[in-house]
Amino acid sequence: MTRLTPSTKSIALHVGVVVLLLALNFLLPEYHRGVFARVLVLAVFAMGYNLAFGYTGLLSLGHAMFFAAGLYGAGLTIYHLEWSVWPAFGAGLAAGVVVALVVGFLALRTTGVAFMIVTLMFAQVFYLMTLYFTTYTRGEEGLVLPQEMRVLGFPGGVLDLSDPSTRYLVALSLFAIVLAAILFLVRAPYGRSLIAIRENEERMRMLGYDVFVNKLMAVVLSGLFCAASGAAYAVLFGYVGSGFAAIQYSILPLLWVLVGGAATTLGPLIGTLFMFYVIDTASSYTTAHLMVVGLVLIGVILFFPKGIIGTVRERWLPWLP
Amino acid sequence: MAAVKPLLETHELGRSFGGLRAVDGVDFSLPEGETHAIIGPNGAGKTTFVSLICGRVAPTDGRVVFDGKDISLMPAHKRVRAGIAYTFQITSVFANLTAFDNVALAVQRQLIDDHERGLSSRALTEHGMDALQKVGLGEYADKVAGNLSYGHQRLLEVAMGLALRPRLLILDEPTQGLSDSEIENFIALVRQIGEEATVLLIEHNMDVVMALAERITVMEQGRILAQGAPAEIRANQAVQQAYLGG
Amino acid sequence: MAFGPYFLLATLEGLVTAAVLSLIALGLSLVFGVMRVVNVAHGEFYMLGAVLAWWVASLFGGHPAIGFMVALVLSPLVVAAIAFVAERLVLSRLKYEPEATIVATIGLLYIIQQLALTFYGPEARPVEAPFHYRMQLPWFGYSAYKLAVIGFSIIMMLATWFVLTRTKIGLVMRATQFDRETAQAFGIPVGRVYAGVFALGAGLAAVAAVLIVPIQQAHYLMGHDPLLLSFIVVIIGGLGSLRGTVLAAVLIGLSDGIISMFFSPTLAKMLATLAVAMILVFRPQGLFGAAAR
Repeated sequence: MTRLTPSTKSIALHVGVVVLLLALNFLLPEYHRGVFARVLVLAVFAMGYNLAFGYTGLLSLGHAMFFAAGLYGAGLTIYHLEWSVWPAFGAGLAAGVVVALVVGFLALRTTGVAFMIVTLMFAQVFYLMTLYFTTYTRGEEGLVLPQEMRVLGFPGGVLDLSDPSTRYLVALSLFAIVLAAILFLVRAPYGRSLIAIRENEERMRMLGYDVFVNKLMAVVLSGLFCAASGAAYAVLFGYVGSGFAAIQYSILPLLWVLVGGAATTLGPLIGTLFMFYVIDTASSYTTAHLMVVGLVLIGVILFFPKGIIGTVRERWLPWLP
Repeated sequence: MAAVKPLLETHELGRSFGGLRAVDGVDFSLPEGETHAIIGPNGAGKTTFVSLICGRVAPTDGRVVFDGKDISLMPAHKRVRAGIAYTFQITSVFANLTAFDNVALAVQRQLIDDHERGLSSRALTEHGMDALQKVGLGEYADKVAGNLSYGHQRLLEVAMGLALRPRLLILDEPTQGLSDSEIENFIALVRQIGEEATVLLIEHNMDVVMALAERITVMEQGRILAQGAPAEIRANQAVQQAYLGG
Repeated sequence: MAFGPYFLLATLEGLVTAAVLSLIALGLSLVFGVMRVVNVAHGEFYMLGAVLAWWVASLFGGHPAIGFMVALVLSPLVVAAIAFVAERLVLSRLKYEPEATIVATIGLLYIIQQLALTFYGPEARPVEAPFHYRMQLPWFGYSAYKLAVIGFSIIMMLATWFVLTRTKIGLVMRATQFDRETAQAFGIPVGRVYAGVFALGAGLAAVAAVLIVPIQQAHYLMGHDPLLLSFIVVIIGGLGSLRGTVLAAVLIGLSDGIISMFFSPTLAKMLATLAVAMILVFRPQGLFGAAAR
């Protein structure tokens, strides 16, 4: 019998998770399949956030702008320019990358608390922009993308993205691609560099690393994944509104990542899923779901600063990436 | 001797902190291949001086020339890539990463620039283990750096410097806090390094200095007080008064 | 109305905003200055002050001034007590680690907001001003109460300044701010000083809130804008600099009134936020602050 190396084990685990999620498409009742589809898309947002916050140690309070850049990049081109889904999705990604590049270039001149406030403010500017250009965005009320526009063209035919099963599978595909990318990234030398920058920036500089450029790349990649999540949200759920650019949507990925476990590959998924069902369950007893968010935030930061997967890794499975 | 172009030169190099001249117009020259020690009382400006050389601190005046090129304005990370490695006075290994990951960070940076070999995982493992073995930490590769003993952390720090394959290795008080037997091993290690690279050493332990240095520079109040071979320094009246407590 | 009087009116309104904003920002700045943490729940303490003021005032019949005066004393005390408890229960256990503290105060923000929504409701409710006298200026009448707000804010700020610079409490606070370890070694109970500062900061926000509810109504979401504005004020004034904070509050309060004469409020907010972000990027010590020590 051969001994499994940590690397084989972790790849097997991630493939297993994706296969399990695939099986759930056929097993879950309709309502829960809808919830899972949403969770998968938003978990991509959380994974993107985790790359900056968990791995690189950049606590941003403005990631809603990257999500919203993807959301509006895809949504506005579909709604106003009648682009089809593929190029619109590409426009969403491009918007996210551009915003991340500009914001990263400026905000990374600051560190710590100043970085948090600067990202918060840039995101606030972005949010106000979505309100200011209300002629195109319809502000808080938002745009509903017509169903006939939400079809994904393939050489062999088209997929109707408003169909629940198709929607779930497309969401899962995006999730699997990003999960694989993140897994590859954090196991590659570049991932090690990001973690080391989080641990000790000055030491990295004295090992010959251009810390600013490395951090900027992390922000841009993070922005790309968040934008992918936003663009997918627009085409899969057909709604684009200012609410997604507001401060809550910068706090939520932070919450999901903290709960699931910062700097873990599966933490963002677990955290997003957990919080969705906690709020869902709480909502059936009380309307006070903000209370739940607040209590979980304080509880996690006080008692489980490593989050669910982080604690599992520390106690039982040290090989978890 | 005169024909050998120095690897490192400083001209009128100075640094002020507020009103304090930490380094005051230092002219210094280091031939390639030499192992050179800088000694001097606390606050003499030794660490500031080498920080100016490796770029952690920007000079207020003067120039630093490395391998014939003026690097006074070059940012620290580029100087590292040009061949100047610095090991920290206060141990600053990445405590949460394994010993191997620590050196791998240095190796991968070096391999990215090495276009012949390129960054492959085989080369990474090979060079990383090589650097660890050189300092005698081969068996600790998978241990988390923060759990290593203090002496081993200091060695790991040196291994990271070595893994950069520097032309000039700056060691800032490397033996501070080491036991006598560890110091002995350390001397042997630096001798071995000195065969391939130029070494600039800040050191308080005079036994280490006398054992290793081919030449010695004595600093006091930001200036060079004396310079010469170990025997000359030992015999120098001014040095004895200022530093050796004579 | 001609430009002159119109400008005077905008200036007066701006000064009222500036006065209230100074108090809120002073609280935020004090907490940042001494404890080196950012309190994201600061706006909620302000909101809580307003909501409590409405509640206290509604308990008292008779002349509106009675309820108002009781609220002006009671509401900041209650808010300060809540902040004190929150500091002891949560922040002190996080060892004031800046990032963990921000996350925890975000949690606090949500909890306070939800409590207000649940027990106070989504309505906006006014508190009657203690007096309704209108000053007759040559061009227009102006509420004397608003002028009183400006006056009272100035008194509060002078009192805070006096406490900080001329009393033993202030000395202890400044010692803690300057060097926490040394202060501890000299027997200063750093933990209680921090809790006290946190409570004082929240209390100042609550005072501002009580002053404002006769002009604006109390509402459970009213903490959001003042939080952002006082962030802006504290940043422009230089993080932790009290004099800078007051100067910046006057600048922002006045320009808020005047800018919104020319631009749509959304555009004005957008440009102001962007400008402040740029200040933080390129001049992190603030416009009035000296370089960090």
